[in-house]
Amino acid sequence: MTPIDPVARPRRNVELVLLVLALAVGIGAQALVGVDRQKAFDSDFWFQSGLLALAALAFHVVLRIRAKYADPVILPLVVALNGLGLAMIHRLDRVGEDTGNNQLRWTLVAMAVAIAVIWFLKDHRILRRFTYISLAVSAVLLILPLVPGISAGEVLGASVWIKIGSMTFQPGEIAKITLAIFFAGYLSSNRDLILLAGRKVGPVQFPRFKDMGPMITAWLVSIGVLVFQRDLGTSILFFGLFLVMIYVATSRISWVIIGLVLMVVGGFVAAQVFSHVALRIDGWVNAFTPEVYGREFGGSLQIVEGLFGMANGGLVGTGLGQGRPNLVPFANSDMIIASFGEELGLIGVFAIVLMYLLLFTRGFRAALGTRDAFGKLLATGLSFAIALQCFVVIGGVTRLIPLTGLTTPFLAAGGSSLLANWIIVGLLLMISHTARGPVDTTPLPPGQEPGAGRKFPATPSKPAPDPRTNPDAPTEAVKQL
Amino acid sequence: MNQAIRNSWIAAIAMFVLIFGALSYVQVVGADELKANAWNRRAILQNYCNDRGAIIVGGTPVAESVPGSESCKFQRTYSQPELYAGITGYFSKNYGLTGLEKSMNDVLAGSSDQQFLDRVGQLFLGNQPKGASVELTLDPKIQKLAYDLIPDGQRGSIVVTNPKTGAVLAMVSKPSYDPNLIATQDAAAEQANYNKLNAVPGINLNQNVSGPTGALLAPGSVFKLVDTAAALGSGKYNKDSVLPNPAEMSFPGIDYKLPNYAGGNCYTRTTASFAFALQQSCNTPFASIAQDLGQKAIAEQAGKFGFGQDFGDQLKLDSAPSFFPTEPLDAAGLAQSSIGQRDVRATPLQINTMTAAIANDGVQMQPNLIKAVRAPDLRAISEPKPQPLRTATSPEVARQINEWMVSVVDDGIASRAAVPGVQVAGKTGTAELGNGLNNSWFTGFAPANDPQVAVTIVMEGVDITTGANLTSPNAKKIFEAVLNK
Repeated sequence: MTPIDPVARPRRNVELVLLVLALAVGIGAQALVGVDRQKAFDSDFWFQSGLLALAALAFHVVLRIRAKYADPVILPLVVALNGLGLAMIHRLDRVGEDTGNNQLRWTLVAMAVAIAVIWFLKDHRILRRFTYISLAVSAVLLILPLVPGISAGEVLGASVWIKIGSMTFQPGEIAKITLAIFFAGYLSSNRDLILLAGRKVGPVQFPRFKDMGPMITAWLVSIGVLVFQRDLGTSILFFGLFLVMIYVATSRISWVIIGLVLMVVGGFVAAQVFSHVALRIDGWVNAFTPEVYGREFGGSLQIVEGLFGMANGGLVGTGLGQGRPNLVPFANSDMIIASFGEELGLIGVFAIVLMYLLLFTRGFRAALGTRDAFGKLLATGLSFAIALQCFVVIGGVTRLIPLTGLTTPFLAAGGSSLLANWIIVGLLLMISHTARGPVDTTPLPPGQEPGAGRKFPATPSKPAPDPRTNPDAPTEAVKQL
Repeated sequence: MNQAIRNSWIAAIAMFVLIFGALSYVQVVGADELKANAWNRRAILQNYCNDRGAIIVGGTPVAESVPGSESCKFQRTYSQPELYAGITGYFSKNYGLTGLEKSMNDVLAGSSDQQFLDRVGQLFLGNQPKGASVELTLDPKIQKLAYDLIPDGQRGSIVVTNPKTGAVLAMVSKPSYDPNLIATQDAAAEQANYNKLNAVPGINLNQNVSGPTGALLAPGSVFKLVDTAAALGSGKYNKDSVLPNPAEMSFPGIDYKLPNYAGGNCYTRTTASFAFALQQSCNTPFASIAQDLGQKAIAEQAGKFGFGQDFGDQLKLDSAPSFFPTEPLDAAGLAQSSIGQRDVRATPLQINTMTAAIANDGVQMQPNLIKAVRAPDLRAISEPKPQPLRTATSPEVARQINEWMVSVVDDGIASRAAVPGVQVAGKTGTAELGNGLNNSWFTGFAPANDPQVAVTIVMEGVDITTGANLTSPNAKKIFEAVLNK
């Protein structure tokens, strides 16, 4: 990645131009879908497109006011992805179904929440104060789907849904964010300690056993999600999120090694003990054997149909509305990438994956540019989570890895996922604002930043760092790395 | 810290490189294989309403595409559905393709390599795409006769082939079904019909689980032909060998005793010649051969007849391989297996190709259903030639068994298969199912000195009398019909 431009430029006009382009992509796709259904440019189309455009422009204006140095590429990328998703979901709606409009409603809600986050939070560093509250919230969010009365029960083999009135919601999606905040807060406060102690085995320094606490916690959370919610994808996502954050916090590859070993051990045991994991793996390895293909639960029909669709799309695709993506179960949610692969071809789906690549790359740039350890960790964690989620979903759909039930960010039908991912975008935009903005040497108003007004560089000799220690001051140990 | 962030980014990029690779593989590199997969309905849906080539038997189309509705220009129909269902299979929008509809799909749909120029022509002239027709070796008269020889409600199969060419003259089984029910455009009816048919045991919806090429049945005494071939092939026995023929055989360590068939004449002698043992279908002589030669020798001879193998490329139907146990058997197990009981299983077509190999001096021909593939202008795109499949026995061994099989019809228990004026060779089999009922077999060929036709009949789950009435006498009728006697 190229170094950060030292001169701060807002680039909001660039964003506006890109945003118009992004809206053209999304709304253009919507129009094509309409043409195919013989109701192009009807009032519904204008109403929906207008709402999306308005929301995007409102977001843009808020950025001009509150975060004018925010990365100008992130918002257009996300609007384009969201718009494409809306078009495809509309296109996949069978007669009488209304997933498309539902998705539009959720898009507007999610954008509004993201705007509110930017407007009211003002600075991402404030979140550091909520380190342990985030942990508590994560725990509650993860336990909710298992609480009788609130739980929506087991849906398609996984207990990840809750019921609020007639609506269902997946709290695990939000837990992704609160866990990232907790990890970022905890690790930015305690990294020195974790860094310094340890045993050296060859070139690799291994941490002390008692510093493994957070790692064990993260591992237990992931295993808990796997065991109690039966959700392999989210489990992998949480653990990957934690691994990358502890790696960035310590720059120690040993953590990754330990983490991967734990993951492999956990995965292996899970595959032996839990039928749902074993079924996933069986459906992956033996996807093309009749018994697995025909199995009613946990069979490979979904993945095989998806592969057929994508193969049918080939290089250039059948064209929007010309393929048969509806032959694939969950064509508008888990398998939406297969729908795009079929109708837009390899070229179209490459473009979509490239948009994700650009999106998480901009997130990593924000992580590089921002000057506080908390922000660096949070931005890296969230960006990596987007990348990992894409990998797990698209890898599953293409049979690179076993298929797990994760959503494709911004594309797939599903309100919880949209909401969570838009909040992530809001946070990344805010972090990128501090990263790209002029270096602000004036301290925040008292009380706004943890430890503000107190200036004490953490020293390596400090046995237990105060959680309020200013994380921005690099320690000797960090400098040596 | 920044270096670690850059490394994490590289890890994320690496994951995306894998994704790009996987997408390219699925959508371009491996796409053809996925498109050709039998479960892939997209290919069917794409040319579902095209003018697909016909499947023709004796000049009459038994499967053809007729002009359909506005939304779907051509509809697949089967004119004698039950009679040919096991051969044609079905062409279904939602359940895919089976039978010849599946294996000959390329030429029927007009997408085979040989039809490339035709497609270019259709493109320029703006004609409807039209597939090639497939002409079968089946004789409609024999096919109908064989089908009617299995009573309704009776499970059974009949296979009639030419042993010298492998051409299949008739291949039928019951229960059969109407493929039109599954080729319908009414998706709800299609599903209901499929589920209904799929629930009927023994129905030949998929050739590799039931019917002549898929039903794996205990062959009973028909398997004694394998023992005989193994014995003669080993060099330890010859046509004059005297075989032990005790009324029952006991085995060390267990209570079980293998008896001779109680109703026949086996009990009259304590030793037997091959001719006598085959004529009366005595059990103990063959069990003692198996014990003498060992399991491996019997298994090898079974393999030479095609057990555990496929039928070659010309059949164009899915099939299940027959088998003789390969895991070591105890003495009693080997004895029972050597008379076609216990763990031995064979498809009706396997028994027929085995018989045909004996008829054809030990050379087994590939069973062949396809006479010719013709383009819409009647030009032959391909005309398969008879192909040897494998050598089952030496010519001498085959001729010796031929001679003994003639005596089974002339002087033995298959006498009801005899056709006046023609030398008929045959062997019967009665495999006990353990519930008082049997699988009743006849397999044979005629004329023995110049074999033109090999007939295999099996009736599943019948009592002794019904089995006897439905096998050898029916074989006689088929021999007469084919040989015009």
